[in-house]
Amino acid sequence: MVTATTPIKAESRDLNFYYSNGTRALKGISMPLYENKITALIGPSGCGKSTFLRCFNRMHDLYPGNKYDGQIVMHPDNTNVLAHGVDPIEVRMRISMVFQKPNPFPKSIYENVAYGLRVRGEKNKRNIDDKVEEALKGAALWEEAKNRLHDLAFNLSGGQQQRLCIARALATDPEIMLFDEPTSALDPIATANIEELMSELRNKLTILVVTHNMQQAARVSDYTAYMYLGELIEYGDTDMIFTRPTRKETEDYITGKFG
Amino acid sequence: MTQASVLKNLDEVRAMIKRHKLNDYIFAIVGLIALMIGLLTLLTLFIDLVMDGFERFSLEFLTNYPSRRAVNAGLLSAWVGSLLVMVVTFLSAVPMGVAAGIYLEEYAPKNWFSDLIEINVTNLAGVPSIVYGLLALGLFVYILDLGQSILTAGLTLGLLILPVVIVATREAIRGIPVAIREAAYAVGATKWQVVSQHVIHYSFGGILTGVIIGMARALGETAPVITIGALTFIAFLPPSPVTTEPPFLNFEWLSSGFTVLPIQMFNWLSRPDHAFHVNAAATGALIIVVTLLMNGTAIWLRYRIRKNIKW
Ligand SMILES: Nc1ncnc2c1ncn2[C@@H]1O[C@H](COP(=O)(O)OP(=O)(O)OP(=O)(O)O)[C@@H](O)[C@H]1O
Ligand SMILES: [Mg+2]
Repeated sequence: MVTATTPIKAESRDLNFYYSNGTRALKGISMPLYENKITALIGPSGCGKSTFLRCFNRMHDLYPGNKYDGQIVMHPDNTNVLAHGVDPIEVRMRISMVFQKPNPFPKSIYENVAYGLRVRGEKNKRNIDDKVEEALKGAALWEEAKNRLHDLAFNLSGGQQQRLCIARALATDPEIMLFDEPTSALDPIATANIEELMSELRNKLTILVVTHNMQQAARVSDYTAYMYLGELIEYGDTDMIFTRPTRKETEDYITGKFG
Repeated sequence: MTQASVLKNLDEVRAMIKRHKLNDYIFAIVGLIALMIGLLTLLTLFIDLVMDGFERFSLEFLTNYPSRRAVNAGLLSAWVGSLLVMVVTFLSAVPMGVAAGIYLEEYAPKNWFSDLIEINVTNLAGVPSIVYGLLALGLFVYILDLGQSILTAGLTLGLLILPVVIVATREAIRGIPVAIREAAYAVGATKWQVVSQHVIHYSFGGILTGVIIGMARALGETAPVITIGALTFIAFLPPSPVTTEPPFLNFEWLSSGFTVLPIQMFNWLSRPDHAFHVNAAATGALIIVVTLLMNGTAIWLRYRIRKNIKW
């Protein structure tokens, strides 16, 4: 349950989002991300889950004409990451992201993980080595990768590639990690690995995950948000959303009557 | 539906598939014929040149200056001229073309102005080369006073292949998946970091291919080089770019008069004495071989570089 003692890591406040073609993809979304918790975003295809997720690290800034309206405030420093004065690069240094399809760079395993450190200007090889090892361990890939760190990342299996992408996102010690359907391209075993990993990562950081898989949301998340047509229909404790949803639409969706 | 009508439908479907397949067949034949016409013409031409020029294939042909006697006349000044002109062309077209391509793809705002530039660049690739020659004569020779020199020729040909390099660069960059780009931005990279640490690396194969194909085209260009006043008969070499004394580099060669392979060939061809036509044929064969080698290298490099990049 939401208790007064759980600190909030970030919260969106009345967030609207407009794509360059005028589509209003998010409509007044307000919800918290609790610190060291996993929040799941569920909802039918096209309801705006990815759009919402990508607001957190300002990915929409990469394409001209997109417009945010509202706030995403990070704590404890109270920075509104959507504010004009805040550089998206600064935001991405604090909030990292794992994509739907594994997208390693066509570089070695080592260079993939080290990339975030290089971007931050780290030059000391010892430090980078240590961080790479730590991140690969954190992503449960160290055992499989330690003897082939300088192999091309493409030679890994899909599940390993996704863990590599997690390691890449982890190496820079982010405060929040965003996952956009991280297991939809993976088989059940690789999926289970990643879910376990997310549960462990929760001790270090705050997670926001988009998923189409109800069981996954129920298994891994602490809080769940149900979105529909760009609106937040219901937000709450995962147990509660899946057992006693207050809104009829939520119940229809999670029981499979709709969507 | 009754059994009979299902069968009748199936017959119709089969007949239709057959008709459609016939189109496949016809097209395959037409395509093959078209391909053969192109290939066979080139092959015949090449064999013809080789047979005509056969007697001149020797080392002396490459180490002799042009001469009044066809048997002694060689290509030395021409191939050295071509090589030096190519160096200038490469150094002028590649950095500019790649930079322009990257700017247009990565930095330029997408609006009517960039559309206009885009259309212009594509059209430039189709401008007849003699027009470049006239432009260069006015700009490099008369206005900038660079003389009828290697520098002028190199810059002219550089201008000529600039659109090729720009287009190749843009296409290579467009081949990079959005997901890879977003991955780099997502860890906090700046635009320049994305360009210098990812975009350039992953598009290198495509850019290189474009550059080599452009250079191969420049090697065979005749009209613009004649327009700016290449010599047709020179029995000297430009000053050497490297010297034995410090500073070891010498740039006098840039302002030297010159000739290039296609012009030497043209010159020999226009002589009444038939013996010189043999020299011309041998030169033509050499140009074709070098061009094919360059294009072959481009294909091979592309394959080698792409092998490690799968998407
Ligand atoms: N680049 C874009 N330009 C314009 N509209 C877009 C763009 N991307 C998405 N949309 C629209 O915004 C809405 C939300 O899309 P979004 O990708 O966030 O959905 P989603 O919930 O992630 O769906 P899915 O589960 O299929 O991934 C959709 O109606 C979509 O058509
Ligand atoms: Mg999505």
